Amino acid sequence: MTLNLSVSPDFPPAHLSGWFIFNTWLQRQLGTGVHLELYDGFEEQRKDIRNGKIDLIYANPYDASMLVRELGFKVLVRPRNRADETVIAVRQDDERNSVEDLESGITIATTADPDVHTMGMIMLESADLDKNNVTFREYDNYVLVAKALLNGQADVGFFLKAGYDELSDLVRSKTKSLVNSQISVVHHTLVVGPRMQEHVELLTERLLGMEEDPKGREVLKSMGLDGWDLMEEEQTEFMIDLIDTLID
Amino acid sequence: MSEHDTGSVREVLIKYFDSTERLAKIVDREVPYPDGKLIVSRTDPSGVITHANRAFIEMSGYAREELLGVNHYILRHPDMPAVAFKDLWDTVAQGKKWQGYVKNLRKDGAYYWVKATVIPNIRNGELVGYTSVRRKPSRSKIKESEALYETLR
Ligand SMILES: Cc1cc2nc3c(=O)[nH]c(=O)nc-3n(C[C@H](O)[C@H](O)[C@H](O)COP(=O)(O)O)c2cc1C
Repeated sequence: MTLNLSVSPDFPPAHLSGWFIFNTWLQRQLGTGVHLELYDGFEEQRKDIRNGKIDLIYANPYDASMLVRELGFKVLVRPRNRADETVIAVRQDDERNSVEDLESGITIATTADPDVHTMGMIMLESADLDKNNVTFREYDNYVLVAKALLNGQADVGFFLKAGYDELSDLVRSKTKSLVNSQISVVHHTLVVGPRMQEHVELLTERLLGMEEDPKGREVLKSMGLDGWDLMEEEQTEFMIDLIDTLID
Repeated sequence: MSEHDTGSVREVLIKYFDSTERLAKIVDREVPYPDGKLIVSRTDPSGVITHANRAFIEMSGYAREELLGVNHYILRHPDMPAVAFKDLWDTVAQGKKWQGYVKNLRKDGAYYWVKATVIPNIRNGELVGYTSVRRKPSRSKIKESEALYETLR
């Protein structure tokens, strides 16, 4: 039986080839066929997840919540030092220097990334901003969010911190960040579905050993990761509880 | 921080639901909520703190060891009306999410406002405790809450 691997559409495009390399590594470790299925959109991917098409997924924290609580998936590991943090930025020459300087009627450049969008909106609450008094423009990635800011199509941009840090120096220097989330316990995870049950033990062992092995290290590097840390069940539940408090 | 802060210091005897009490120093000085942070704590089903994150420790002014094992009422500010917490407990007892604005008392007697969300933690169908996550409230919500709580005390 061929297993299906997928990756949350919010991964940095620079690491696309890394996920194909990981897929090949995975087939070798498990001695079974693995197919990598990638999606442009979150909704499309969620539909396939609900239809039972996906066995293993590098999931954003919001989808991990659905996978674990509704679909009986299990979180195995998290990437080390890769918490999902959100940056709210404006243009460098903008007179506004804090979230509280923002007023109703602003236009926000955002993405479909549920993680970053939710956290961005939470950080705007202190300025009495919510979805009823702002306008959204949705873009496919953070480079486009930055462009929208710079060319004046939006007042404010929501970025995944990693995405903001990967903007070119030139582009980033034309923006300034108003606030940076510092949550540290919300992050992506590698999650397995019911059909993966027989592989869980071996897979966990191999994932944790990747950083010790030269080949494994190469694979990690191509995905832009330092290594994997084991997620205990209670750590996962805690993260999901926390996310539950953030969504209405 | 708040325009009517006077910095005045008073002593108030706070009586808790379990009939314990303590004489607390109350300083009329607000400590601003830190941008971008979430204050996170967890309790057992009776409200005894079992987990505190760094932001919670920094804002409350207590050391982690002073928080773990004590009831969450250690943060109770005398300006908070009892009905607010009754509403909290009634809501989570029904398995629902509670949200509200809370004025908290720091160890040094100063205060900080939060927008708090509390949810029950269910594991294998059983209640094992509660999680509370606080975020930065807006000035207008703080003002509204101050006015409302004044009428409820
Ligand atoms: C998860 C959780 C978090 C709580 N956080 C606070 C808090 O930050 N501040 C506070 O005054 N009470 C908090 N409470 C409510 C207290 O347990 C308590 O009901 C309240 O302080 C009133 O105390 P009293 O009933 O002894 O007067 C929390 C309760 C729970 C379950």
